[in-house]
This record gives sequence, structure tokens and C-alpha cells, in this order.
Amino acid sequence: MRRLPWARTVFWLYAATLMLPLLWMFGMSIRPNADILGAFSLVPQRVTLENYETFFTDSTWYSSYLNSIVYTSMNTVMSLVVALPAAYAFSRFRFAGDKHLFFWLLTNRMAPPAVFLLPFFQIYQSVGLFDTHLGVALAHMLFNVPLAVWILEGFMSGIPREIDETAAIDGYSLPGFFFRIFLPMIRSAIGVTAFFCFMFSWVELLIARTITSVDAKPIAATMTRTVSAAGVDWGLLAAAGVMTIIPGAILIWFVRNYIAKGFALGRV
Amino acid sequence: MSDGRQKHNRAWWLVLPVVVSVAFTAIIPLMTVVNYSVQDIFSPFDRIFVGLDWFRDVARDPEVRGALVRTLIFSAQVLLIEIPLGVLIAVCMPRRGWTVSVALVLVALPLLIPWNVVGTIWQIFARGDIGLGGWAVNKVVNFNYTLDSADAWITVLAMDVWHWTPLVVLLAYAGLRSIPDPYFQAAQIDGASAWATFRHIQLPRLRGVLTIAILLRFMDSFMIYTEPFVVTGGGPGNATSFLSILLSKIAVGQFDLGPAGAFSLLYFLIVQIVCYVFFTVLTRSGR
Repeated sequence: MRRLPWARTVFWLYAATLMLPLLWMFGMSIRPNADILGAFSLVPQRVTLENYETFFTDSTWYSSYLNSIVYTSMNTVMSLVVALPAAYAFSRFRFAGDKHLFFWLLTNRMAPPAVFLLPFFQIYQSVGLFDTHLGVALAHMLFNVPLAVWILEGFMSGIPREIDETAAIDGYSLPGFFFRIFLPMIRSAIGVTAFFCFMFSWVELLIARTITSVDAKPIAATMTRTVSAAGVDWGLLAAAGVMTIIPGAILIWFVRNYIAKGFALGRV
Repeated sequence: MSDGRQKHNRAWWLVLPVVVSVAFTAIIPLMTVVNYSVQDIFSPFDRIFVGLDWFRDVARDPEVRGALVRTLIFSAQVLLIEIPLGVLIAVCMPRRGWTVSVALVLVALPLLIPWNVVGTIWQIFARGDIGLGGWAVNKVVNFNYTLDSADAWITVLAMDVWHWTPLVVLLAYAGLRSIPDPYFQAAQIDGASAWATFRHIQLPRLRGVLTIAILLRFMDSFMIYTEPFVVTGGGPGNATSFLSILLSKIAVGQFDLGPAGAFSLLYFLIVQIVCYVFFTVLTRSGR
């Protein structure tokens, strides 16, 4: 197709603007605190790794980082296990109330997390899930299960139904077909869905912070408590911020070709 | 959900795990909220039924109304800026070669940053003393987001545009990629201008993805909490105190179960109604 002459310039200018705040934070993270609050300078005068050193040696920092990784991973696996059969059912069968159920799932994506704060807090305390990794993983299923069902269903509907029928004629049972033929066929969709579940659980703070206190405290919550008597430790905060971007930045490379389709809930 | 599917009621067994898990994470908590909203709770064993009193109180509360108006204005501004900007950038995005991958990763990066870190990034970036953005603006006009309400609002809005326009870009880009080449060849033969091509070929084909984009951006901007909480804490005064921030203050800060419950339900209801209206209007227009 014909391109506008200035299209390239507009796009790369936009991309540069997008990166500016990120690079600035990275710049903060490698400066000593004295330099941050001292004279303003575009490029760090002295480069130091002491902020990262603190991050990796202070247990409140690295243990909450691990907490976040543990509960997001649990949530990703749980959401996928629950969502896979359901997405298959929605894409292949008609059953009583299927359309209503499908749209009702999306309304859970519309629920403001703030609405669920109090009940989660109280229910989790009464059943002993408060401040556990499992608890946070379960709570995040609130928005990740509907998301996973929607994305997977979109991808699965793109696979012709004739494949199911041929397999049935060849004598495969439904579970046999599902695990040996269907799952390998949609592995890229599973990868994309896993990525999105991981991401949305990783970026969420409000619920995770409310139902944890010490043992399962997410990195995001630790970051909101950096204000000490000496003021905000900007360097350390920036270093922690850089660390939280890394998992997403690594994972995104693997799903880059599907990411737009994933954000469109598998429908483009 | 295309049709031609088999009728098969046993498929319910496949959906059961989803229903159970969502029941545990959504329905039971929601019922708890309903239960709070109609009672005055002094302690777990001492509570009285008050009917719809809390709903009336919340609906009349000037603080809630102020937050509602602010949130609506914020959502409207977000949509007005992010949707056109996102479509423009998507049209300008590279389409061939290795730059495509780089462009996709760069654009998607802001979406993968934890929301409070987005707050942190802008907390640093917009400060007049240590942040590049705040420092640059300060050279032209006086800018301080911790003291001035307008500056705080602009900071939160700029942050949201920075954070979420990439979502619109990705969706629009995916929509543009799905347009078959012959459409453009036909337009070229007819000698259509770039604008005419966009207006009559690209834009109509973007309806589906833009519907999703508008719905998602409305829902998320209407529920915004973490980013303004980190940057401004709802201040200065209550200049950036949106519905979520006010709600979590009442619920977790003051532990007023009844009003918080009623507030939650009204809030949920508004989101659902506006989404339903958007969805109906967008899917019906142009049919």
C-alpha cells in the first residue's frame, strides 16, 4: 500500500517519546542518591550499581520480588488449566445458556477491583488464605480466567471443525484428541494466553496488596513503602522499577507477533 | 463464537471449572458486598437492617458526586486523546522488514510495566527538580504537580496517554494488517488520495477492533486507581481523587462497610450501563 511520506518520522518520534520516561528511570537507577538530589544533569555524572546491590541483598526487596513471581506463575497455570476446556466448549459446542455465560464472564473484567477489596479481605481471612501465594493467585483468577477464556476461544475458533470430526472418525476419544492433537495445534495460542495471564497478574497491585501483609507481599507493595525518615530513596525505587520491567521485556520477545491479537481477545 | 457448532449439553462439564472458580472469586464477594450494603454493621454480631439508606446517602454525598464527575471527565479526555492518536500511530507504523518486530516490542513495553511502577516512573519524570519532563516544562511555565491542581491533573492525564495509547496502537495495527492488499490496489487504480483511502477503506475495517479499544479504555480509565494513587495520592486537595481512590479510602481506610458496599454496587452498575450503551451504539451504527 501507499505510505505517507512523513509516516516513518511520526512513528519513530512517537517511539522515542515512549522510551524517554523509561530511559530516565534507568538513568536514575544507576546514579548515587547524592547526585539525584544534587544538581540536575541529563547524563549521570557518576555511575554506580549500589542501588541494585541493595535490591539483591536486602531480603524485604528480593523476597517480595520472588513472591510476585511465585503467585503470578501459580495464577498463570491455574487460569490456563481452568480456561482451556471451557474455551474449547465455547468454540465447539452449543449448550443451554452458552451465550449468556460467555458475556457474563466479560462483565467480570468490568468490575472495578476496588469493589472486591473488602470481601476478599474478609473472606480470605476467614478461610486462612490471607497472606498466602495461593490466595493471591486465586484472587487474580477474577480477571484472568475470563481473559484466558476469551483469548483462547478466539484462537480456537480459527481452527476448522473438520479436524475434530476427522479425529473422531479415526477413533480418537475427546480427551485423546484434545491432548494429543488439539493442544499441540494451539500451542502458540496457549503461549500468548499464558503471557497475558502472567502480565495482568504481574501488573496488578490493589488486590494483591490488600490480601497480603508479610509472607506473600508483592514487590509492588514494597515499592510503595520506600518513604523513610530520610525521604524517598529515589535511586533504589528506580532500580526496583527497572527490575519489575525485566520479566515482561524478556517474555514479550517470544510473543511479539501475536501480541496485538492477544490484546484484541483473539478477535481480529 | 461462529455457528455451525454441535448441540451438546454435556459441554457444561467442560465449563464447570470456570463457573466454580469465578463463583469463588466474583459471585461470593459480590454477594458479600450486597449484604454489607443493606446493613449497619457495628460488629460481626451486632448489625441492623437499614434497607436502601446507604444507597441514598452515597448518591447524595457531594464528595462521591465530585469524584464521579472527575472520573467521567477523565475518561472522556482519555478516549478523545488516545483513540485518534492510537489510530494515527498505527497507520504510521512500519509494515515490512525487521523494524516491525522492534516497533511492536517498543510500543508494547509500557503495557507490561506494573501499574505502580508506571506511577513511580512518572513521579520521577514529572518532578521539577529531578525529572526530565518536569524540568523541561519548568523552563517554559511554572510546573509543580504536588502543589497545583491543574498540573496534577495534566500529569495524570499525560501518564495515562503514555501508558495506554500503545494498547489502541496495537489493536488498530492488528486491524489494519487484516485488510487484504487488493483493497489498496483498487484504491490506487482509482487514484484515491491517502486521506480517501483511510476514510473509506481503513477506517470502516477498524470498527471491530476500535469497539474493543473504546470499551477497554473506558473500563480501565473509569477504574483507574494505582497510577494516580502513586503519583498524587488523589491530591492536591481532592483534585485527582477518582472514584476508586475515594472508594478504597472509605472501605479500607475508614472501614465503613455499609456505605462502601452501596458505593461499590452503584459504581459497578455505572460501569456496566456505560459499557452496554457504548457496545450497543458501536455495534449498531453503520449496520
